[in-house]
Amino acid sequence: MFRSLLFIPGNNPSMLQNADVFLADAIIIDLEDAISIKEKDNARNLVHNYLTTSSVLPKQIVLRVNSIDTVWFKKDLDLLKTNKINYLLIPKVDSKTMIEVNEYLDAFLLNNNLDEIKIIALVETARGVTEIDKFAENKRLCAILLGAEDLTNDLEIKRTETNQEIFYARSKVIYACAANKLIAIDTPFTNINDLLGLEKDSDFSNSLGMKARACIHPNQLETVNRIYSPSNEEINWALEVFKAHQANPNVGAFQLKGKMIDKPIIERAKKIIEKAKLFNLM
Amino acid sequence: MKGIAGSKESNDCLITIESSVKRKIEINSIVGVFFYDQILKVVEDTLDEQGLHNVKVIVEDKGALDYTIKSRLLTAIERMREDV
Repeated sequence: MFRSLLFIPGNNPSMLQNADVFLADAIIIDLEDAISIKEKDNARNLVHNYLTTSSVLPKQIVLRVNSIDTVWFKKDLDLLKTNKINYLLIPKVDSKTMIEVNEYLDAFLLNNNLDEIKIIALVETARGVTEIDKFAENKRLCAILLGAEDLTNDLEIKRTETNQEIFYARSKVIYACAANKLIAIDTPFTNINDLLGLEKDSDFSNSLGMKARACIHPNQLETVNRIYSPSNEEINWALEVFKAHQANPNVGAFQLKGKMIDKPIIERAKKIIEKAKLFNLM
Repeated sequence: MKGIAGSKESNDCLITIESSVKRKIEINSIVGVFFYDQILKVVEDTLDEQGLHNVKVIVEDKGALDYTIKSRLLTAIERMREDV
């Protein structure tokens, strides 16, 4: 479970050596867009030595590999042999790439006697958005991250700070995730100096159903963690509901402070409590 | 044959390696007063692991940790081997 995931360029020693102190729930070590073609080997070597020799690592590590149609994809996957990577972030996912990645992973994990690995699909093309229902049921998938920069580039439209242009894509990601019990992760807010804008947009994204957000600067983490966490008010409400339910376990529906409580509301309360416990909020 | 990897950014190092008649290691580090021996050991151990004896290595260090020095050196070695 995440609220915040922070992108760190795989070729940046300063960021890597501080990765464990950032407030992010997960660190995304980027071998793709943040790394120039000439530095792919350098980044891979640095990440390998960082993962294998650092005594302290972030709680959850996501590796963004290069896409499967590049010469770097297979070399990037070799980093799984470090057994330090929790999730793979696969770029430009659509139904065809998801099949190809899974077929390659099946053989790679078996041949190298490695444990299963969870995938986060980066949906950042029009095809990826339209085909999302086809690949969202994949057994390795645990989350979908919307990539709005590449998506708006694919659509040949301007990316704005209102994010109206990505409403449809956000909705597709949210519904596919909810239907398949995946985590919906929102696209980064790219203006790192506009924390009020980040707050407003994250509030809106959270109200739609996004459960986490990718960040591109450590200064975004506090805001994102706060917004995608249950509030104190929600936690107190959930605890009251849960307590009332425990007192009347055989009653299907009951009233609490004049409001009807039934199964879906009890389930929601349980989810809030689970999240609050996980993120040490209670 | 020559290979270069890394940068002069903070916490990084720039490493140059080239063929030589014998092993020669030059270290210029902002923390050399305290860590010269440690940096030298990382470089020598890595060269030994790679079976490289007749090379000249120049390390321009801006406070890199051991794993950064090692990884930059490994990349420089790979690039030197490709530089034929």
